[in-house]
Amino acid sequence: MRLTRACLIALLIAFGIALGGAGVHAASLEEALAHFTSDDFSETAAGIGEVAASGSPRAEKIIRALQDGQLMFSAERKAVYLKDDSGNLVDAASGQPLAGPAPDDVDTVRLNNRLRGVIDGALGGLTLLSPDAGARFDAAQAVFKSRQVSALPTLEAALAKERDPRVKRALAEAHAAITLLGDDAPDQAKIAAVEVVRDRGDQDALALLASLPVATSAPVLKAAAAAISAIQNRLALWNAVQNAWYGMSLGSVLLLAAIGLAITFGVMGVINMAHGEMVMLGAYSTFAVQEVIRAYNPQLFDYSLVIAIPLAFAVSGLVGILIERCIIRFLYGRPLETLLATWGLSLILQQAVRSTFGAHNSDVGSPSWMSGAFELGGITITYNRLWIICFALVVFIALLAILRFTRFGLEMRAVTQNRPMAASMGIRTSRVDALTFGLGSGIAGMAGVALSQIDNVSPNLGQGYIIDSFMVVVFGGVGNLWGTLVGSFVLGIANKFLEPYAGAVLGKIAILVLIILFIQKRPRGMFALRGRAVEA
Amino acid sequence: MTTHILIRSLDRGAVAFVIVIAALAVLVPLLNLAVPESSALHVPTYLVALFGKYACYALLALSIDLIWGFCGILSLGHGAFFALGGYAMGMYLMRQIGTRGVYADPILPDFMVFLNWKQLPVYWYGFQYFAYAALMVALVPGVLAFVFGWFAFRSRVTGVYLSIITQALTFALMLGFFRNNFGFGGNNGLTDFKDILGFNVQAETTRSALFAISCAALIVAFLLCRAVITSKFGKVLIAIRDAEARTRFLGYRVESYKLFVFTLSACMAGVAGALYVPQVGIINPSEFAPGNSIEAVIWVAVGGRGTLSGAVVGAVLVNYAKTYFTSGPLAPYWLFMLGALFVAVTLLLPRGIVGTLRHWTALRRDRASAAAEDGVREPLPAE
Repeated sequence: MRLTRACLIALLIAFGIALGGAGVHAASLEEALAHFTSDDFSETAAGIGEVAASGSPRAEKIIRALQDGQLMFSAERKAVYLKDDSGNLVDAASGQPLAGPAPDDVDTVRLNNRLRGVIDGALGGLTLLSPDAGARFDAAQAVFKSRQVSALPTLEAALAKERDPRVKRALAEAHAAITLLGDDAPDQAKIAAVEVVRDRGDQDALALLASLPVATSAPVLKAAAAAISAIQNRLALWNAVQNAWYGMSLGSVLLLAAIGLAITFGVMGVINMAHGEMVMLGAYSTFAVQEVIRAYNPQLFDYSLVIAIPLAFAVSGLVGILIERCIIRFLYGRPLETLLATWGLSLILQQAVRSTFGAHNSDVGSPSWMSGAFELGGITITYNRLWIICFALVVFIALLAILRFTRFGLEMRAVTQNRPMAASMGIRTSRVDALTFGLGSGIAGMAGVALSQIDNVSPNLGQGYIIDSFMVVVFGGVGNLWGTLVGSFVLGIANKFLEPYAGAVLGKIAILVLIILFIQKRPRGMFALRGRAVEA
Repeated sequence: MTTHILIRSLDRGAVAFVIVIAALAVLVPLLNLAVPESSALHVPTYLVALFGKYACYALLALSIDLIWGFCGILSLGHGAFFALGGYAMGMYLMRQIGTRGVYADPILPDFMVFLNWKQLPVYWYGFQYFAYAALMVALVPGVLAFVFGWFAFRSRVTGVYLSIITQALTFALMLGFFRNNFGFGGNNGLTDFKDILGFNVQAETTRSALFAISCAALIVAFLLCRAVITSKFGKVLIAIRDAEARTRFLGYRVESYKLFVFTLSACMAGVAGALYVPQVGIINPSEFAPGNSIEAVIWVAVGGRGTLSGAVVGAVLVNYAKTYFTSGPLAPYWLFMLGALFVAVTLLLPRGIVGTLRHWTALRRDRASAAAEDGVREPLPAE
């Protein structure tokens, strides 16, 4: 209690000294406006400061006009005018329209980039007392960044009146920023200010603490150094969390792309090299749906994805069933040749899409509920990735339910574990094959819908994800959906954690090498099926 | 002993094949160099280079057939060994440019000067000597194949898993070689070659010589493969292909057999790549692309796997079709045709061209005589 009171008194003293020392006094508006008539940048800067400090109710209007290039001056008459919307001149100080003809040498008050910064700071100071809490918060942030001493009196007044805790903290931080950069506050006050800035803890705070003037005394500098390392540790921690988030997002995409492949491989023992093209077909279905909506019914755009998901499932699923019936069925028992045949199929599908839609990227838009982001602690979370993670988990749970609770799921599991025995029990294995292939391809189509939101949609979309899907299948093992889940998230997070150290390419190479080493221990993946009948 | 092995490994088909290739090796350079241009029989120089390219591809196909047709290892990343051999030769050729490059640096290749590198990286040392480069051409792919194969075969990774892993390997190498700071020319690769062993790379005589050497290499590789296949070693390989677990239980060290042929095949692919590079004049990371390796497999499938001459026939045929179709009005449809070829060959022609022909002649021979002559038939692919 004693300490707080001492600090408060110190702050007040500091305020008083700053007030006297900086020589900021409530100049009259006319004297402040006189600075604008000299057409000199430093005079204009002084003028902005004095207009802001004058406390006149017209100050904000004048400075906004200056920002918009609507502030005019006449050197001849030493007068400053505002140009309103209809082009008429209005006297800046009084607000009265100009009586008589305009002077000949009326010219706009010029600005440069530095002045724009000064204007921002001044406006920030002016809006500190605005009735809207959001505007006050933004104003406080602006003052923190601009650190204009002229905003100090308004800042004090605002701090005294403030009730909202979030805005009060921002005001305190702005005050601390100005204190630190000033010359007159005692060390106690400055050290207290360092604490406040450290608690803010973001990049701006770091920049402020690193840019203290050389004349600052040693204890303050020491406190600042300690604060800097504390902030850096905190930022590193949040960075790791951000990487983990990106890893989870990548993992969810891999999960969607690979789960169809894992199911097909588990049931039929074939790797479908055209799987990437199923994903691509799903993405292009989204594009087609959006084109139709744009042409006929633009209000439905927000529902485009909801329409596209079942459509993509149907399209890719049907293509998958077609492939199985026409090609894969005849290659039963020859998985290596199925690999080659499906590779040829992928070439055909890619070229067909290229001929139909063109080889360039196609434009797929995001609905409004998927745009934007929000902050959680120190990280930014974008809505589209959040929705995709939720979607991937929903699809996963739905698949688990299908496998566990439906007749079809039962038949799929039986054929995966022991095909001849399942056939002997009366299960039509060829029908299960076709439907499984269709299901796997359909899920790939839905993955394409999700991918269209975060990646470019082109005929080569599938090729980018096929190797990663293979890696997930090899790593996670087949025959068990949990293997795919764990595999995809582990690979996604590992990839994103390696990226900052090794770069994207070397990170990918490292992952591939790690997988090759991993299958030394577990040749069939993490969650492998065991048993005599599983010999592939 | 060598003559004994040679005689044992040659049968009528093999001798015919060797004679045909040897004849081409002599005839084509003759028709290019000795016959005047106005004559109808003249083979233009660009065709000599094209045929040389086909010969290198044929050698690559042969190496794939050795492990796939006779041992059941489907490697979808053999293009990596091909490209590594090509890069080794490319490095030798880059060192030969010397001061004739754009930046006229006697030691550093152009792209290193461009990247502001001050000295040659350690792994470029020694490539100014042809003997060293020739050694590296076979050694680098061989060592990579040995290490990779040791890890893979030891943990009994087979079938589809192995194919995917080989594809990942070549993909990783492609990503690596595309980077500029790897020191291999980045995405531009190595090019602008001037000399090989003192001879101008672009001269007609050099091109003909390279073609003849490629054919000679093809013959040597063919004989080598025949020697391996017709020996007892080859019998075990076929056993591994058809019933791996049983072969293992019979006491054979399956991993060692697989490792040997895999390494041998990689060395052959490396040599093919090395002969390829001076004939096309450039080597860049897109040779590592998984698509290239998979295409090489389809050459073998078209020609007939499990028959060595089939691999060569398939490689030449498919590449000729590619050259023909991609330079005419049907160029946009080439990928459709290639894809359809994949599907058609696997569905309708599983033995490939040469394999199907042999199958028919064998059937006819069986109908003619009650039993097969010596009880030894050409092996049919089990899978």
